[in-house]
Amino acid sequence: MKPPSWSPVLIVPLLALAALPAMAGATWITLTVAGVTMGVMLFLMASGLTLVFGLMDVLNFAHGAFVTLGAFVAVSVMGALAGQAEAASWGANLAALGAAAAAAAAACGAVGWVFERVIVRRVYGSHLRQILITVGGLIIAQQLILAGWGAAPLHVGKPLMLRGSISLAGAAIETYRLAALAVGLVLFALMLGVLNRTRVGLLVRAGVENREMVEALGFRIRRLFVGVFVAGAALAGVGGAMWAVYQETVTVAIGAEMTILVFIVVIIGGLGSVGGCFAGAILVGLAANYVGFLAPRLALGTNIALMVAILLWRPRGLLPVSKS
Amino acid sequence: MTGPLLRLSGVQTHIGRYHILHGVDLEVPEGRTTVLLGRNGAGKTTTLRTIMGLWRASAGALQFGGRDITRMETPDIARLGIAYVPETMGVFTQLTVRENFLLATAGGRFDQRRLQGVFGLFPILEQKFDQTAGGLSGGQKQMLAVARAMLEPCRLMIVDEPTKGLAPSIITTLIEAFRLLADAGTTILLVEQNFHLARSVGDGVAAMDDGRVVHAGRMADLAADEALQARLLGLSLAAHQ
Amino acid sequence: MKPLSGDRPGHPAATALILLLLAALVALPFVLPGARAMGTGGRIAIFVVLAASYDILLGYTGIVSFAHTVFFAIGAYAVAIPLARGWGGWESILLGTLAGAVCAATLSAAIALLSLRVRAIFFSMVTLAAASLAQLLASQMRDVTGGEDGITFALPPALTPAFRLLAEPLFGTRVDGRMLTYYLILAVALILFLAMLRIVNSPFGRVLQAIRENAFRAEALGYRVVTYRALASGLAGGFAALAGSLFALQLRYVGPDSVLSFDIMVDILLMVVIGGMGTLFGPALGAALIVMCHTYLQLALQSMPQTVRDLPLIGPLVGPLLAPDRWLLWLGVLFVAIVYAFPAGIVGTLRQRRRA
Repeated sequence: MKPPSWSPVLIVPLLALAALPAMAGATWITLTVAGVTMGVMLFLMASGLTLVFGLMDVLNFAHGAFVTLGAFVAVSVMGALAGQAEAASWGANLAALGAAAAAAAAACGAVGWVFERVIVRRVYGSHLRQILITVGGLIIAQQLILAGWGAAPLHVGKPLMLRGSISLAGAAIETYRLAALAVGLVLFALMLGVLNRTRVGLLVRAGVENREMVEALGFRIRRLFVGVFVAGAALAGVGGAMWAVYQETVTVAIGAEMTILVFIVVIIGGLGSVGGCFAGAILVGLAANYVGFLAPRLALGTNIALMVAILLWRPRGLLPVSKS
Repeated sequence: MTGPLLRLSGVQTHIGRYHILHGVDLEVPEGRTTVLLGRNGAGKTTTLRTIMGLWRASAGALQFGGRDITRMETPDIARLGIAYVPETMGVFTQLTVRENFLLATAGGRFDQRRLQGVFGLFPILEQKFDQTAGGLSGGQKQMLAVARAMLEPCRLMIVDEPTKGLAPSIITTLIEAFRLLADAGTTILLVEQNFHLARSVGDGVAAMDDGRVVHAGRMADLAADEALQARLLGLSLAAHQ
Repeated sequence: MKPLSGDRPGHPAATALILLLLAALVALPFVLPGARAMGTGGRIAIFVVLAASYDILLGYTGIVSFAHTVFFAIGAYAVAIPLARGWGGWESILLGTLAGAVCAATLSAAIALLSLRVRAIFFSMVTLAAASLAQLLASQMRDVTGGEDGITFALPPALTPAFRLLAEPLFGTRVDGRMLTYYLILAVALILFLAMLRIVNSPFGRVLQAIRENAFRAEALGYRVVTYRALASGLAGGFAALAGSLFALQLRYVGPDSVLSFDIMVDILLMVVIGGMGTLFGPALGAALIVMCHTYLQLALQSMPQTVRDLPLIGPLVGPLLAPDRWLLWLGVLFVAIVYAFPAGIVGTLRQRRRA
């Protein structure tokens, strides 16, 4: 068998180039930055799901609940830190946003740990029971969030300094997008670093390909899995937090909306593949923004059309993981 | 130590609703190479997987070095000092040869003397050290799998049909590797259909059929007894010819 | 109790519950007169069909689809659209119902054929996307579906509340068009349920069960697994559409929220799993339970916990969890507990007891 080829990922820059002739240059820059930013946030939400699936063959239909929880925690923290968020100071603004993201990560990580112990642990191996039990978990999680925060939509303002936009080659780019982009890229780089440069990362990559052999080499993959599950939940929480502040409104439906996008992303990328997940997320983000500008009526169905097209071209996704 | 290093008594294993092992009794003496013979479907691979805890025994007991390992988890069994080379080789194709090796080392550091020893046996692996294992040929993957099991000292090495589908030159290299291991005092449990290899490395032999061990003894006795060979190898070869 | 197919609930308690449900539904208009009770009863009858049709998929083939509401919606819109345009009365209902069922069955089988070739887990994810696409279409295609607002329409005169079948009340209850609609829905639902029971107990149904037990073995025995699964999907889709048509008659209104929302999908899952996958009788009981919970668990939560809420310390903590709006929380907990401890559901567990 040949090692995986990265060439399918070229579809991402190709899509960006293909959109260029259809619009003015400045518009293209604005939309491309917006698309990549959305993609990076989607990646944060999706990365845990794809790794958890790759490592333990567990598909968590409740993953979106971490996005919701992260969003609500971030809104509460931003509300509590309104003084910092409203101050005309970069330091205070970024500290507030950072605190919101960190709190979301911590809360989701902790809930993820409980969720793994209570909900997921005893249903390994059976996809049917996994799907059912995680949907049950999703119902419970949503109801608990409703009990905690109520059903009314919550509003949250972006930090003061991140509200405007800057001009780049004649294109207006929202400052908050750049901040979200930076957060996403830093976390992505961090994740790649852990996966490719540390022993834990080596174990995760090995475990995604052949869990049994990793165990036969003397490593307790269960512990590794709990770690990945918690980290994935925390990342989804950060994604939800960044998304909530970007949207400035949160309802409990955010998780369900994002779940569908996240599923599309991991299917496009190839279940279990982190690189594919990133490419898929950027692709979905770009497509949503280009189509949203060129043909707004089609915008909402774009992702599904994109998924169908990619699956017809590569039935196992852009960068499928080979299992042995 | 008195008694065998590994002892299986009355081991039964079910896979799903299928009853595969019907009471396996097997002893692997310390410092020797024991060869497990038997036709396809006799239960050899299932026996090895049950030893490693990858399937759970539904009845019977397994002891390793005097400890009961019947209910132990796979990683804990491996940590007792068992190196396992599965039938599928268990090579991580998306990782480099180096990374495959690193996974088998204690604490992520190479014992340079052992690493050089392995490279001496399988020079091709040194050449391809930083290439992904997915690009290796089938024989090279098998070398990688066996080499990986040699990187740390182990009390028992379990190898499942290493020569399946390999070219004779590679088989010769593998025989050499097993001899070196045996000379160093490593206990080996080897599943092998190739009687030539089995005879040249085995001290003891056990033959399986239909989920049971139907013969156990010394390899020398089997080599001298043509009638027994015909009966047991018939078992072993019937399915192949 | 031995309905047509020879399949039975399988336990005296289950039989009793099924008979009780049937008797209650039949007697309902006379015991609890009023639109509200008949609304609940009709909803139960319709969801019995919907849950049972989902059980053909989930319980008899082991496939988890999240697009079942799409077929339900197709049936509902297929009746609503012609009626809203005033294209006749009974013919519209009949032809719309038929066309909806055929469309839904075809679409369901086609989706299955396309996506079952990949892993079953992909199927679940793809159906989730398909369901969201359908929601989108229903709310965007304003000219056809009425968009978010949905479609309100009039039924043939005989089915309207103003219609009197008998001049005098029967057992003290007015026999009006609303009651006729109710009994029409009940009768059709019963026929559909018996038909599904017949299907799963036919040789075809047994092949489905063999596939659920071991797909590889069934394939080795010469059954074309993909074909059978696609047929099962088609049947499930068709029956769901029929349930949808009944639902349209009951509500005299169809909109994305009433037939396509993810909440309905969750309800269906709860019904089938709590009742017992792969038993058909189980989902029927599950449907009754969940529909009643919708109405009465809220009331129970409303009335019960004032004393609890007033407790020091735990009161503020527990209060929000016992709020009437949180009834779904407790069903969710029940659902998870059942998947853990009694994966066979109510009816399946009763059957196991009997055999043990």
